[in-house]
Amino acid sequence: MTLRTILVPVTAIVVFCLLWELLVWANGWPNYVMASPSDLPPAYARYSELFIVMGWQTLWRTVVGLILAIVFGVLLGMIMGFSRLMRDALYPLLVGFNAIPKATLVPIIALLFVGQHNFNTVMIAFLISFFPIAVSVSIGLSTLEPEYRDILRSLGASKTTIFWKIALPKTLPEFFGALKVAVTLAFIGTNLMEIVSPHGRGLGALFDSGKTNSDYPLMFAVLIALALMGIVLYYVVVFLEKVFAGWAERSPSY
Amino acid sequence: MVRVSDNLIEIKGVRHAYQTKAGPLPVLDGLELSVPEGGFAAVVGPSGCGKSTLTRLIAGLMKPDHGEVWLHGELVKGPKSTVGMAFQNPVLLEWRTILQNVMLPLEIVPTKMSKREQEDRARKLLALVGLEGFEDKRPSELSGGMRQRASLCRSIVHKPEVLILDEPFGALDAFTREDLWQTMHKVKAEEPFTGVLITHDLRESIFLADQVVVLSGRPAKTQYVMDVHLTGDRDIEHLYTPESADALNILRHQIQIAQGRTDEEGARR
Repeated sequence: MTLRTILVPVTAIVVFCLLWELLVWANGWPNYVMASPSDLPPAYARYSELFIVMGWQTLWRTVVGLILAIVFGVLLGMIMGFSRLMRDALYPLLVGFNAIPKATLVPIIALLFVGQHNFNTVMIAFLISFFPIAVSVSIGLSTLEPEYRDILRSLGASKTTIFWKIALPKTLPEFFGALKVAVTLAFIGTNLMEIVSPHGRGLGALFDSGKTNSDYPLMFAVLIALALMGIVLYYVVVFLEKVFAGWAERSPSY
Repeated sequence: MVRVSDNLIEIKGVRHAYQTKAGPLPVLDGLELSVPEGGFAAVVGPSGCGKSTLTRLIAGLMKPDHGEVWLHGELVKGPKSTVGMAFQNPVLLEWRTILQNVMLPLEIVPTKMSKREQEDRARKLLALVGLEGFEDKRPSELSGGMRQRASLCRSIVHKPEVLILDEPFGALDAFTREDLWQTMHKVKAEEPFTGVLITHDLRESIFLADQVVVLSGRPAKTQYVMDVHLTGDRDIEHLYTPESADALNILRHQIQIAQGRTDEEGARR
């Protein structure tokens, strides 16, 4: 990593914060109308314990929801990728389900499993994020060029061998592309549950209490904390992608 | 080399039709092909005449509706590990190095070779086709011709009895293609195989093969078989002798008949 790769994004963030500060200062907005970056450190200091406890709740429920989405999405993608019949049968259902705004599912899930706050939150994170994974895996598998299969089949390889040696690795770049989208979606899901159906847990609940008390610095502090967690999780996925599908990246000289 | 009396590849009276929405589409009708051990047959014919179906039949990837495909005195009923294949698309696995790509068949076909020996063999083949020093590169770092060379190594690494080449040089530029023709001769000398080459290029067919089979238009039958006698260490110059020109003319005429363009002219002769 060169100095440039660190300096450029850091500079961009500093410039962004300065412009934000300037905007609030120039308009003379008090912090119950709009918070400025300089309001954030005091907010974090004041609620540091809540941020740690609730940030952790949001994080683990998002990650569990995402893991469920990966397991279910990959399985569903495999079923649709290998069977033409299942693809024809499941695709319209899946598209229809994905078209439903997930906010409408929050009260349904909350009523279905009353009081199961952790479960409900994980459910929404899962429901909102499995779709891109299932679609990308199914497309990756169904568009496998027949020659790839023939090379192994002509040697007498079994279907399982073909899956492990060719279909699975070949689908990895698409899978990771979808996972980057799914990470962000899972966060939206978790916070949707925490805000729409408040139960005193997670950063969403903290945001809600900030709203109730017109505590703008707190609300913005929550947003920034969510953004930071999103960035961290996103780059975890990027790291995994480099490890498992780094071959898909072309070096610029070619 | 000892020539066995019976042919290593024997295709007898093969008929095949694909089932489509508009009813059966016959692709092969009366296909005959005999290749002795160590022989190299080139199959030419109009586009879409069922040449690739032929390769899939020999590889055991599909069964014909009628007729028989024999390999080494055994009726082909399914895929056998004694076959090696290379296609126009080199289909190298992008996540593996060139060496790992070449060694892929050895992971599937039962082999008595130790890991060490397998790697040595793969390296030897790569050196033979001129890819020494590229063993640890990824396919994306190689040119089209180099990828096709690696694909060729992969198709023979497990010492198959039959090598099936489905237009392997079709997507390459003319110079690279001629280079690869020379390489094929080198490979054949070092690693003898019995081969079937599907091609669109008549020059390629007489330069590489010792038997050229012309298929008719769809549904394809064996229309014409020519024995090629350009034996020995072949040089590209061989393609410009009067003998080669005659052979090419005959083949070109046969292709025109296959395409149905000169039916009248053919009848008048």
